Amino acid sequence: MGAYVPRRRLLRSAIATAHAWAKPGLKGLGKGSRAICSHDEDVITMAVAAARACLGGGDNRSPDRLLLASTSLPFADRQNATVVGEALNLPEDLQTADISGSQRAATSALLLGLQHGGAECMVVGAEKCLTRAGSVEEFTVGDAAAALTTGEDQQLARFIGSHSISRDMVDHYRTAQSDHNYALEERWIRDCGLMQIIPETVAALLSKLDMSPEQIDRLLIAGVDGRPAAQIAARCSIDKMAVHEGLKVPIGHAGSADALLLLVDALQAAEPGQNILLVGFGQGCDALLFQTTEIVHRARESHGVTAAIAAGVEDTNYLRYLSFAGLVDIDWGMRAERDNRTSQAAFYRGRRAITGFVGGLCRDCGVAQFPKTAFCVNPNCGKQDTQDDEVFANKAGQVKSFTEDWLALSLNPPLMYGSVRFDRQSTIMMEFTDFDPGELSIGSKLQMVFRIKDFDPLRGYHRYFWKAAPAAE
Amino acid sequence: MASGIKDKVAIIGMGCSRFGERWDCGAEHLMLEAFDECLADAGIEKVQIEAAWLGLCYQEQSLGKSSISLSQSLRLPNVPVTRVENLCATGTEALRGAAYAVASGACDIALAMGVEKLKDTGFGGLPSRTMGTFEDLWFPGVSAPGSFAQLASAYAHKHNIPMDQLRDAMAHVSWKSHENGALNPKAHLKNRITKEKVLNAPMISYPLGLFDCCGVSDGAACAIVTTPEMAKKLGRAANLVSIKALQLAVSNGAEMFYDEWDGSHAMTAELASKRAYSEAGINDPKRQLDMVEVHDCFSITELVTMEDLGLSASGQACQDITAGVYDRDGALPCNVDGGLKCFGHPLGATGLRMVYEIYQQLHGRAGERQLDDPTLGLTHNLGGFPNRNVCSISIIGLHE
Repeated sequence: MGAYVPRRRLLRSAIATAHAWAKPGLKGLGKGSRAICSHDEDVITMAVAAARACLGGGDNRSPDRLLLASTSLPFADRQNATVVGEALNLPEDLQTADISGSQRAATSALLLGLQHGGAECMVVGAEKCLTRAGSVEEFTVGDAAAALTTGEDQQLARFIGSHSISRDMVDHYRTAQSDHNYALEERWIRDCGLMQIIPETVAALLSKLDMSPEQIDRLLIAGVDGRPAAQIAARCSIDKMAVHEGLKVPIGHAGSADALLLLVDALQAAEPGQNILLVGFGQGCDALLFQTTEIVHRARESHGVTAAIAAGVEDTNYLRYLSFAGLVDIDWGMRAERDNRTSQAAFYRGRRAITGFVGGLCRDCGVAQFPKTAFCVNPNCGKQDTQDDEVFANKAGQVKSFTEDWLALSLNPPLMYGSVRFDRQSTIMMEFTDFDPGELSIGSKLQMVFRIKDFDPLRGYHRYFWKAAPAAE
Repeated sequence: MASGIKDKVAIIGMGCSRFGERWDCGAEHLMLEAFDECLADAGIEKVQIEAAWLGLCYQEQSLGKSSISLSQSLRLPNVPVTRVENLCATGTEALRGAAYAVASGACDIALAMGVEKLKDTGFGGLPSRTMGTFEDLWFPGVSAPGSFAQLASAYAHKHNIPMDQLRDAMAHVSWKSHENGALNPKAHLKNRITKEKVLNAPMISYPLGLFDCCGVSDGAACAIVTTPEMAKKLGRAANLVSIKALQLAVSNGAEMFYDEWDGSHAMTAELASKRAYSEAGINDPKRQLDMVEVHDCFSITELVTMEDLGLSASGQACQDITAGVYDRDGALPCNVDGGLKCFGHPLGATGLRMVYEIYQQLHGRAGERQLDDPTLGLTHNLGGFPNRNVCSISIIGLHE
């Protein structure tokens, strides 16, 4: 299991200040911060980051099913989960699916994973929340991702059972043609939705399992925290102390991904033998009960929610956020007019290099190189057809040279790039990301991250590659 | 090892248009402006030209592909014309084609024309370009200043030179170019500037500020080449200028993908200049060369090139530059015509423009910027970026 939260935390006070001229009443929402995607992040890149955190947690699992849950998938028809799988260099004999359409997407995906007949399944949830400027939702949501692996081996928690209700209550909606949610009246949702449907589902589950509310040690309600969460717990007869405090204050509710973030976070804090009840709400309800095992402490070795939250930096630039979110149309000049058509045939041939960041390693001289080519790049070797696959995605790098370029096009100027030095005498000219101007220096330690590389507004397309980011501390 | 083309090819005519923002004319007219001067200088008729090479880099928004534009603009008599392109070394490539044709005996008189019409593209700086369908998928969307700026950080790091000191030497390079450009009626920029202005200019790509970067210009330059024997037949024996060497070194990816090159200089410039010195029979370039025209696309490029050409010792270019070694009145004048920085940088024309300056100096026609009796000069073009490029060197001198 693992989690990823984008580095930038937009202070809600900055959002409130920007809207004070028109909506002074929003000032009350101006506490804490909201995690926001950078200009080069989306659901796919966040899902890859969370999945890598999950796979990097000590057990090199190789799932045979990969499910990506989100309501903000960048592609409506090009399987997003497949891109994630290729970025992870998972074997091709992999069953993949995108699960979407509801705030319950992640709990639905998790149920599908758990019902996979014991075979390993990676379930990833990610959400890039698109909100209208000046809406209440703009303050309450945040972008984040989490990933878990289900299976029979090395279980941190056993799946005890679940109950689902499907009921078309339109608490909010977003049509296929719309970029933003339309939210309905909050008190109606609380009184007739959350306070009714969740307790009903929980009661049915406990009855099915012949358990009592007192046996629930942790209650995780995706997208709900504070007073409403306590009220729901009370309605379920579950001790309010069992309720997870939620992630709204530090990063915001991450839409459908919230459920997986809460579960990862709860497992990292859990003791053996605890009963954890996870609830997802939206056009009904999913309730899933887990019991932690003797090895649940191992969860603390993973890069989880707490670590991801701790890696953030405060951001007060609301205008930059609007640009990142596509809510203002900045004039980027003629360099943004360049035709960025992707040759899909070239991409298809080279996609292991581009999506998986796979280069070559010369069997003869031991020099690594990207991209992999027919002739070894080492001038003292130069042998033909001597290269095996070499994955660069997991390599550590360091800055060999760099620049901050105010002329070249970037949607987050300056464009920072330079030579990155890897092991085995390899070096690659790469774009840097997650650095602020003035932060780069020769020798800076780097990790590789999967990001959006280029946009093609003419064709509504964008493509991904790897960038060099500051190494995790 | 081949003997090379030393003194096998003579230059009997050269022309160069005024460089700059030539809103007044198109690329066809720029070529004509250079050609008229060149043909008059050569003292031959157009019909005597047996083959031509056209150097044009960004064809998309000027003349289009192929060699037809040259043949059509000059109404050449259906002779073979070849269009060449090798980034910023394009102009020298056109000369190489023409010179090799003459040296091989394939023809007696050939024309090398270089032209570029960049201002019509609407870009400040060079237009963005594709790196190819696969490379576009992974190579960063770099700019020229950003790529060359890394030379500066790597150079400072390697030689342990404080960035302020390096920037001071770089500012001297730009100051010198403006001093020289002010004496050149054909130059794009003819204004003098102070080093303070260079140092305080807006940052383009750290540590390169606005005045560390050459602008882009419109312009054309050309040469008519023949054999020394034919030149004598044409009555051009006096002060005959010939090609001593023409070399090109092209990166194979080692700098970019193999962690041996330290990023502080251009490996190809070292290689190409060594080959050129060998071809020209030069063993002490610092003493034997009277002038150099180097590719100062950015001030740092000129600085590191002085070391790559073996003119300054490794790590000593800063000191030599600030001591005035490469000033117009220094021991080895560099870019006395203002260089790319001030004469301008129409890519396809630049290499030939450099040869033009040496040619004019050898003939004693350089006006206010005339040097004392030069006999041998070198041109250097760097196309692409420090980590992957083409580097051409020509050595031009009085025929022996």
